[in-house]
Amino acid sequence: MAENKALLSIENVETYYGNIRALSGVTVHADAGEIVTLIGANGAGKSTLMMTIFGMPRARSGRIMFDGKDITQLPTHEIARLRIAQSPEGRRIFPRMTVQENLQMGASLDKLEYFDEDVRKVFDLFPRLKERINQRGGTLSGGEQQMLAIGRALMARPRLLLLDEPSLGLAPLIIKHIFEAIKELNKTTGLTVFLVEQNAFGALKLADRGYVMVNGIVTMSGASKDLLANPEVRAAYLEGGRH
Amino acid sequence: MADVQTSNPESNFAKAVKEGLVAAALALGLFLLIVGFRTDQNIRNELVLNQRWGLLAIFVLVAGIGRFLLTAYVTPWNAARALSKRTVAAKEAKEQSAFRKSFPKIGLALLFVYPFLVIGTLALYNGSMMGGLQGSLKYVDNFGIQILIYVMLAWGLNIVIGLAGLLDLGYVAFYAVGAYSYALLSSHFGLSFWLLLPMAGIFAALWGIVLGFPVLRLRGDYLAIVTLAFGEIIRLVLINWTVVTKGTFGISGIAKATLFGIPFTPGPGGFANLLGLPNSGVYYKIFLYYLILLLALLTAWVTIRLRRMPIGRAWEALREDEIACRSLGINTTTTKLTAFATGAMFGGFAGSFFAARQGFVSPESFVFLESAIILAIVVLGGMGSLVGIAIAAAVMIGGTELLRELEFLKHIFGNDFTPELYRMLLFGLAMIVVMVWKPRGFVGNREPSAFLHKRKLVSSEFTKEGHG
Amino acid sequence: MVSEVQKNNNAILRVERLSMKFGGLIAINDLNFEAKRGAITALIGPNGAGKTTVFNCITGFYKPTEGMLTMTRQNGEEYLLERMADFVITKKAKVARTFQNIRLFSGLTVLENLLVAQHNPLMLSSGYTILGLLGFPTYKKAAADAIEKARFWLEKINLVDRADDPAGDLPYGAQRRLEIARAMCTEPELLCLDEPAAGLNARESAELNKLLLDIRDETGTSILLIEHDMSVVMEISDHVVVLEYGTKISDGTPDSVKNDPKVIAAYLGVEDEEIVEMLEQAEAAGVDDLTAAVDLMSSEAIHELEETHPDAAAVSLVTTGPARPAKPAAAKKQSVAKLARTTASTATGTSEAKPAAKKTPVKAAPAKAEPAKPVATRPAAPKKAAPAAAAPAAAKKPAPKAPAKAAASASQIKAGATANALAAPRGGKADRLIDIKGIGPVNERKLNEHGIFHFDQIASWKKADVIAAEAYLAFDGRIAREDWIGQAKAMAKASQKKPAPKKSGGAE
Repeated sequence: MAENKALLSIENVETYYGNIRALSGVTVHADAGEIVTLIGANGAGKSTLMMTIFGMPRARSGRIMFDGKDITQLPTHEIARLRIAQSPEGRRIFPRMTVQENLQMGASLDKLEYFDEDVRKVFDLFPRLKERINQRGGTLSGGEQQMLAIGRALMARPRLLLLDEPSLGLAPLIIKHIFEAIKELNKTTGLTVFLVEQNAFGALKLADRGYVMVNGIVTMSGASKDLLANPEVRAAYLEGGRH
Repeated sequence: MADVQTSNPESNFAKAVKEGLVAAALALGLFLLIVGFRTDQNIRNELVLNQRWGLLAIFVLVAGIGRFLLTAYVTPWNAARALSKRTVAAKEAKEQSAFRKSFPKIGLALLFVYPFLVIGTLALYNGSMMGGLQGSLKYVDNFGIQILIYVMLAWGLNIVIGLAGLLDLGYVAFYAVGAYSYALLSSHFGLSFWLLLPMAGIFAALWGIVLGFPVLRLRGDYLAIVTLAFGEIIRLVLINWTVVTKGTFGISGIAKATLFGIPFTPGPGGFANLLGLPNSGVYYKIFLYYLILLLALLTAWVTIRLRRMPIGRAWEALREDEIACRSLGINTTTTKLTAFATGAMFGGFAGSFFAARQGFVSPESFVFLESAIILAIVVLGGMGSLVGIAIAAAVMIGGTELLRELEFLKHIFGNDFTPELYRMLLFGLAMIVVMVWKPRGFVGNREPSAFLHKRKLVSSEFTKEGHG
Repeated sequence: MVSEVQKNNNAILRVERLSMKFGGLIAINDLNFEAKRGAITALIGPNGAGKTTVFNCITGFYKPTEGMLTMTRQNGEEYLLERMADFVITKKAKVARTFQNIRLFSGLTVLENLLVAQHNPLMLSSGYTILGLLGFPTYKKAAADAIEKARFWLEKINLVDRADDPAGDLPYGAQRRLEIARAMCTEPELLCLDEPAAGLNARESAELNKLLLDIRDETGTSILLIEHDMSVVMEISDHVVVLEYGTKISDGTPDSVKNDPKVIAAYLGVEDEEIVEMLEQAEAAGVDDLTAAVDLMSSEAIHELEETHPDAAAVSLVTTGPARPAKPAAAKKQSVAKLARTTASTATGTSEAKPAAKKTPVKAAPAKAEPAKPVATRPAAPKKAAPAAAAPAAAKKPAPKAPAKAAASASQIKAGATANALAAPRGGKADRLIDIKGIGPVNERKLNEHGIFHFDQIASWKKADVIAAEAYLAFDGRIAREDWIGQAKAMAKASQKKPAPKKSGGAE
């Protein structure tokens, strides 16, 4: 394992909800400048892993390292301060704040020096949000809220971006835009992206490497190309209706 | 976790010392002016400042040492226990559920024999039957009846808050409506308790609907504030409508309840006389005890039955998600109103019982604090859980009653110390402890109302508290 | 409007002139569509197009600002949904719905969720609780039946084993299925599903497809669904309605909608893998097919490129709504244009067109491009991209008189115009061509650009004219299918009868 260059490395992490084990011995890493995706069925524990990185819930055992620092026991807000940003499952935007205020919240780590520039970038990506700038988050449509959640995460100028099902509820055209934008950000700024997706095909095409999770265990990993070609993966996640 | 403990106990100790010092410093800052100084008047009516460094030192030391012990020993011990608990969790859960299953039955049996148990014990202790009877008065009345009234009120409020998820801070208003209904109708028209008991319930239910209508659209904090205001309005009306209610003087000389026409009066025709027992006020108290026990059990029975009815499920669904309820064709307006009305009805029953027991009602008994206590019992017990609420009522009401008894504290703190004054302080402390220890109340798990294969408890992680 | 009345007989839901405004924001603007009985109707469109708002209007969660929503039940009863309270709509009009962000009762068990859905019949059989409380047998039986019904649906959605677990404990996909089953327990005649496949993977959405088809076929429930997952929409829906900015931009069968350039531009975008697939299919079917398909697409794109700067090409693309900058789309259109040029200049050299097409992401419609038609006969591309090539291409047309006339007509009339093109509308005022069903504002503009302003012009079209018109409108066979000529004849007559300021039959 290339431990010295891994930006995020998750080693043997176990997470529980009450007495139910959600993750068992998960070992995953993301190198700097990489796009890594985690695919798997619903309830496999993908989102749990995302949240465990942020310490909610905390890993009962194992180690999570970010940029050489052990963040396993760090409080969530301190993890966020290391410039790990997340677009969480279920969007979780601030419903009573306007679009602009939501984006400001995303940028609250900085002293607003890059705010205008970043907002412009987000609006380039989601012109729809610009039209809605003074609308309250809660009145946006589902897809627009998803755009806002991603936009808010980008406002933090993250080093590591965690995206939990960014394509959920979005129109095909927008999904394409988002994936293209992620790719571009990754290319131009070297942003490291950790992506959880239901849309396995799109995710694997975007990512450099992928992991497959089943019932809280990582069962397969490898270059996206190999996973795409793997008949098992194809059968389980890529082809519907032909079983 | 385990290796953290063994590998660096030194650093843990150092951390504990540091946190202890911080806590002590905080306590010093907090209590310096409040505890450290005290203003008194001297003989010439002048203010003098007294210093109480000793007391302040005690406060600071308690905070500092407490924090130190917590960090150094309690937290690691808890973590270790959680670790070991996980491995035996499955076994433990089974044992617990077996105990829990029989707990209500054992409790119920105990409640039924409680007065005789008390009389018997005291009779043995005092060496005479009469002594047992007289001595039991306190225990049956102050503990038994008092606690059961609160159990019933809390079970009634549980329908509104625990099941339907509507935060009602003015529940005592229905208690007042029930009490005054009985007091006024019995003293003006001479109607009997057994007729007025259901009537008081119906009146209270009507008032529940009256309150329900304007607050239907409100949720959460807004609902709480309006219901609180409603409780206060009822109390103010009782104080100021002197023509009817006699204001703050209250209504006294309210007729007592009878056992199917047999009054509990000394002399011929009375209960003791008929059965050839020695005269004593204790029979009435025992009768009242069983009366409130039956009323409380009626509340529980209705609640249990209702939970298996469509209306009960609709209440719980309403607590979980009102919009989804409406999408399923459930009229949330009537659902909310029935919840208010049913809860209020049991409040009314309890109120009329209260009036019959005291023989005297005044607005004093229906202040906001009562609502708050009932609510606290529901929350501490675990919203929706009958057993949990009963335990919480016993702990809270029984506990504060017990504090009256703690005469031995005078030996420690001196004769000036009156434990009653510290009742509420201890009450508050107990609540904080319980909420930290069990955030969802004593019994947080929910029992499903129907099952296909096996009845499994629903963990409190999933249930919602409702948004009003 | 005889045809509409006929249609209404089998429409379970009619949405007429529906508008919804929130303050200054227009969420839905004058929307008309219908859902047919026993069919699956899909409502698609970009995010924020107003799809969920339509649902909220139908299910009574919003009161529409304007418009009429008519639900016709199986027994013939009609309900005006805009006048009913939300829960009455479910109870009486038998419309059930699910939610985009799942709204299960997470603290109740799976079984209880399904029992809550049967609240109304159970309420009746429990004598509004009173008989039930007293333990009457009618309620006991009804309760047992309710559990049986719940079991039936649990078996359907494959959750019998988890019946006694809290709903909040189910994995996401199972929650989605449970929400559908819960809605079905209210015995609806119209089931409204808001993004039922969101968050499902390919296999799960295939299962969902099966479930929905099953519901439609076995219970006869009509389904109205909002969905972004095209594998669901295209596979199971009988009818698709496309919204953008609160207005309908397309309406028809899945295939016709899928290939509607407006829909592609506004919503679908171009999927690379689909193109590869399409190219493979095209190869198998014959090369002519492919070029025809490419041609069909490119004409639209080029048309737009003519008007705007290439970088901003996509801004005003087809739609009438406010501008939507879509950079990738712009790039795509550019390449489409390039491709079209290639195809045009090498109209006969199909072997060269192929590699070009492979590199360029173009979504086309092999199904719609009839193989029999000669490739170069409908070259919309040549008209600007390679005017020189237009002449030889046009020469091969089966309607040789069309280009001849076009050349003769005034300069603002574009190449490829029909025989009866005019330089300007008669009397300076054009007819409202959009009154013809099938002609939208975009097509009207294009027709005008090609010298068609009046109903009688369309009414007098011959077969050759139709082919010529279709070449620049890029809708194969639509003119005949939608009977534009017939419609135009009727309209022309109507406008003649009216003492309208328009003069008819003058300049010709």
